[in-house]
Amino acid sequence: MTDQPLSKIISRPRSPSRGRGGWSNQVSGWLLAAPLAAVLLVFLVLPIVMIVIVSFWGATEFSIFPAFQFDNYTFLFGSEVTYRVFLNTIKYALITWIFTLLIGFTVAYFLAFHVRTLNWQIALFLLCTIPFWTSNIIRMISWIPFLGRNGLANSTLLSWGVIDQPLEWLLFSDFSVILAFVHLYTLFMVVPIFNTMMRIDKSLIEAAVDAGASGWQTLWHVIIPLTKPGIMIGTIFVVTLVMGDFITVRFMSGSQSANVGRLISNDIALLQYPSASATAVILLITVLMVIGILLRFVDIRKEL
Amino acid sequence: MTTIPKIRYSRRAVLKTGGAAVAASTLSAPMVWGQATKDITLRQFGTGVSNLNEVAQKVKEDLGFTLEMTALDSDSVTQRAATQPDSFDIADIEYWICKKVWPTGNLQAMDVSKIKRYDQIVGIFKSGKLTPESEIAQGTAPHSVGFVPEPGATSFADEETNWMTLIPTIYNADTLGIRPDLIGRPINNWSELLNPEFRGKASILDISSIGIMDMAMVCESMGEIQYADKGNMTREEIDKTFAIFTEAKQNGQFRAFWKTFDESVNLMASGEVVIQSMWSPAITAVKTRGIPCVYQPLEEGYRSWGGGIGLSNSLSGLELDAAYEYINWYLEGWVGGFLMRQGYYSAVPETSKDHMSENEWGYWFEGKEAVEDITNPFGDVMAAAGETRDGGSFNDRMGAVACWNAVMDENQYMVRKWNEFIAA
Repeated sequence: MTDQPLSKIISRPRSPSRGRGGWSNQVSGWLLAAPLAAVLLVFLVLPIVMIVIVSFWGATEFSIFPAFQFDNYTFLFGSEVTYRVFLNTIKYALITWIFTLLIGFTVAYFLAFHVRTLNWQIALFLLCTIPFWTSNIIRMISWIPFLGRNGLANSTLLSWGVIDQPLEWLLFSDFSVILAFVHLYTLFMVVPIFNTMMRIDKSLIEAAVDAGASGWQTLWHVIIPLTKPGIMIGTIFVVTLVMGDFITVRFMSGSQSANVGRLISNDIALLQYPSASATAVILLITVLMVIGILLRFVDIRKEL
Repeated sequence: MTTIPKIRYSRRAVLKTGGAAVAASTLSAPMVWGQATKDITLRQFGTGVSNLNEVAQKVKEDLGFTLEMTALDSDSVTQRAATQPDSFDIADIEYWICKKVWPTGNLQAMDVSKIKRYDQIVGIFKSGKLTPESEIAQGTAPHSVGFVPEPGATSFADEETNWMTLIPTIYNADTLGIRPDLIGRPINNWSELLNPEFRGKASILDISSIGIMDMAMVCESMGEIQYADKGNMTREEIDKTFAIFTEAKQNGQFRAFWKTFDESVNLMASGEVVIQSMWSPAITAVKTRGIPCVYQPLEEGYRSWGGGIGLSNSLSGLELDAAYEYINWYLEGWVGGFLMRQGYYSAVPETSKDHMSENEWGYWFEGKEAVEDITNPFGDVMAAAGETRDGGSFNDRMGAVACWNAVMDENQYMVRKWNEFIAA
């Protein structure tokens, strides 16, 4: 397959000699890894450690003070709101995942297998990215006048006589939240799936057809198993983005629904950093658990 | 060119008000002071309402120094004042924010004797009374957090002292905004917000410390709860209030909640909402789009708010003098006129009068009928000839304040309840 040379490079055994050459190789290996490790340490590990530490601190109205107490966690787990909000967050993630996967897979499949020439593939793929030229927030907010009570959607449906009353649930509802999520994040599903699909050896599909497989059988037994890594990467993108979001939920639900991100942002706004940190830690653990489960299905390292 | 009169002005101001050390250094080297004034930059931050670039321009013209403005929402303002004391010189904050932030020691008290127009400042900010007969409203009334016993104190004084926390700049009385064309009948009480007639067409603001006050006004108006002090509720009162509103939310009473000014304007202008808590300039913004919108005076009175400027604790020397000069200039009337022509009130209304036409003064302050079109400082028509201001005169409006925006002792509990309400 196309990735053969790459994996060869990665797994090419280093010189096994224990002489000077091996030693300097080891040193240069460490040195090469050092910059990235340092960046990750400073910008990823340290902030997270800080958040974990602060989550045990105490807070007053206007300040936070170092302490080691479990108050924040006790309150978090003791409150029924926490469970409801986490459940809501997972609900958003799950539904968005289903839709982005279906749409993303279809789009990628079309691009990879139905569009014949490479130029068209590139052109159409770039077309998908055009919405990303404007900001996330603008793409989201532009739904509001469209879906509103007197918005385009409702006035069109009214003029066609499909409905007599404007549909209230179009805007400021779970529907509009999920619509915005799907709109915003489908591309994150398209890209990795398209990428893996492009690397599927076409002769495998020919072989399947020669062996008498129907279109669906080819899809199910050949293409989907081979695109699993792409699906998994897309899933990780979408799930983490949706679970960490707060602004989409706020705008599209008209502040009427909450997810974990909003709990955190409310706490921060009110200077309750320790409580925000505790919620963030729990969210982080939840997301890591979800990813851990996902990774059990596919060994991304092997498949790449 | 114009630097020379500026030097004179600065010198005079400093001589009149400043400490001996500053005066001495000014006397020995007046040019240095003049030059230094030009180099001074004061960093001011606050909510959008009074952080206007026009003010900074005028400061540059009149006083010679640079004022950098940063506009933030009230939560971010609180956060910044409490956690980043070195990031600002002047904090333009609301009184309830002051109650929260003052104990951090990030602000310094102001010497009242350096404030030239102190005696003319409206009574609300000094004794708490608009007129000697007025009753003091509930909530964080500005005078209750307006003074400290001595410089460096972190608790407030009960009466007027020589040390002021904030110099009042801007204030107003808030009520519900309605769309008269879509409602079609008179609205006279706060309780109408939860009237099932407006199911799916009501809104309330999602800023807990202000939203809770609007909720309290509604619950009291419905006759469901009698509060001892709406600005300082007990846990039981908080629970009851949220129970009523959670039920309404679950019954679909609210179309949305809003957090920013623009959101409230859009909700109202698009007809998504016909009755909601609103701020005065938002009403105007809806009206300038040609959509009827009324800032409805209600029987129970107004929920009022006020802001002021406070000095960062790290201000000293020339910068501190410049800040005092800025404050004195603020009360001279130009800013007051500028703000009052947008529908706010200024701390020393008499001085603002000189910067407004008789028609404008009559409309905005005295509650008289406009004799010709009223425009705001940006040229938008705010009212046509023949209209009167919703709610009437200054005394009618500020005299009918039922409570002030507040932070309560049970604030943390209330905030948790607010989160539950949003998630419900």
